[in-house]
Amino acid sequence: MQLALFIIFGALAVAGALNLLLQRHPINSALSLVVVMMSLAVLYWSLGAEFLAAAQVIVYSGAIMVFFVFVIMLLNAGEEERTKGSRAAYIVGFPGAAAIFCLLSFVFLSERHAFRSSNVGGYLNNITSNISEISSVLFTKLLLPFEVTSVLILVAILGAVVLARKEQ
Amino acid sequence: MSHLTDFQTFLLLSILKVVVVLVITLMAVAYTVLLERKVLGRIQNRWGPSRVGPFGLLQPLADGIKLFLKEDLMPIASERPLFLIAPIIALSCALISIAVVPFGGMQRVTVNGVGVEMFNVADLNIGLLVILGITSIGVYGIALSGWSSNNKFALLGSLRATSQMISYELALGLSLVGVVLRAQSLSLRDIVNSQSAHGLLSWNFFGGFQFVAFFIYIMAAYAETNRAPFDLPEAESELVAGYHTEYSSMKFAMFFMAEYANMITVSCVATLLFFGGASSPFGHLIPDFGGPVVHAILPILWFVVKVLGFLLLFIWVRGTLPRFRYDQLMSFGWKFLLPMAMANIIITSLIIALRA
Repeated sequence: MQLALFIIFGALAVAGALNLLLQRHPINSALSLVVVMMSLAVLYWSLGAEFLAAAQVIVYSGAIMVFFVFVIMLLNAGEEERTKGSRAAYIVGFPGAAAIFCLLSFVFLSERHAFRSSNVGGYLNNITSNISEISSVLFTKLLLPFEVTSVLILVAILGAVVLARKEQ
Repeated sequence: MSHLTDFQTFLLLSILKVVVVLVITLMAVAYTVLLERKVLGRIQNRWGPSRVGPFGLLQPLADGIKLFLKEDLMPIASERPLFLIAPIIALSCALISIAVVPFGGMQRVTVNGVGVEMFNVADLNIGLLVILGITSIGVYGIALSGWSSNNKFALLGSLRATSQMISYELALGLSLVGVVLRAQSLSLRDIVNSQSAHGLLSWNFFGGFQFVAFFIYIMAAYAETNRAPFDLPEAESELVAGYHTEYSSMKFAMFFMAEYANMITVSCVATLLFFGGASSPFGHLIPDFGGPVVHAILPILWFVVKVLGFLLLFIWVRGTLPRFRYDQLMSFGWKFLLPMAMANIIITSLIIALRA
């Protein structure tokens, strides 16, 4: 069950990400990104992070991507033109992507004994509930970073208000 | 002995539950439309549909046949794939969220060694968040329908709908936090159980002092479902029909059904969170009577009665209140509902902290 979910939604996430790059119309790209976000949410859920999954859906696909789509609709952005791409992207991008891929696979392969002990698939039933654990960690051990992030977001909101306000 | 494994039994039972719940929900949608037409007719001093069948009871059937047989127009300038997928997104999102709603009391039945909840498709420990998430996905159906139709009125309608739904989602989500704080769980089953101790008095609306949250929730929910007095996205007098101007036949019917299915979901959530779900208002005042069948059916009856009350409220409000202006709608949501919801959270959590 767990494996089937992983294969289906992992493939869906990769397909969505590729489609995001290949589509020429911005709204199609934005919708592919929504598919990626939703597939990631299902993967989180199947790993037992149900609160993270719900937050992923509500925050990313439900709020941020809706704003993306909204802005694209308002600006009525047309199709993009295909370009050859910059040379810097070819010189730096491909080796960089390859390096990150190698690093990630090295880490996962070298740490794979740690994954084997995890309760894969057992999380799909109703027994585990980690919301209270997340909140207790968030409000005790990680209180300072949490509050700093909130202040940062508040500053960003104020900046947006200042920028958007009309001159008097 | 049977030849089915546990997983196959579970799968078959789940499919059975999904089919039953889906059929009942779609029937409820059809008859909510009829109820609305009838009640609205009476409010406006006319009969409403009365020709098809006794008291017009077969009207939904006739409507369904009519919508199936209508020509399905496809605007030539529309964005074809998105135009087709938009009503599907709208309807499926509206129908999925009903899956986490517990309709009746706790009734575990064991079939073939697998225990399943009878009156609940899926009892999730984050049921409330799932409903909120699916509602926020449902915005895409409306946003895309307006954009892909390539029509100014449709685009304006969907822009209005999107911004309205995003704005009111905040107040909606925050108004539920007080209830979650009291129940200390996001599972809808736990929230219902936390209100079942003393009947009416322990419901969040009365005993929990969450009536402020309830009024915030119900106003935000009216805006979420694009119903009067917040039905600006489909304001006939300004926007023809809003986001579904270009849709015809079954595609139009899907938007229509999505709106009513959303109404039912919202009413179910209001019932579960503020009015004790499937629990009886009399608590233990009335002694238990009847056998196991009555025990199973009575909670469902209470649930249906409460949901029906909310649906009637929806219709009553539509028949009574005029439409808001757009700037009034936005300032009402951001400057009144949102601060009220935050104040409710602060006061509720203070009281809970003082009591602890």
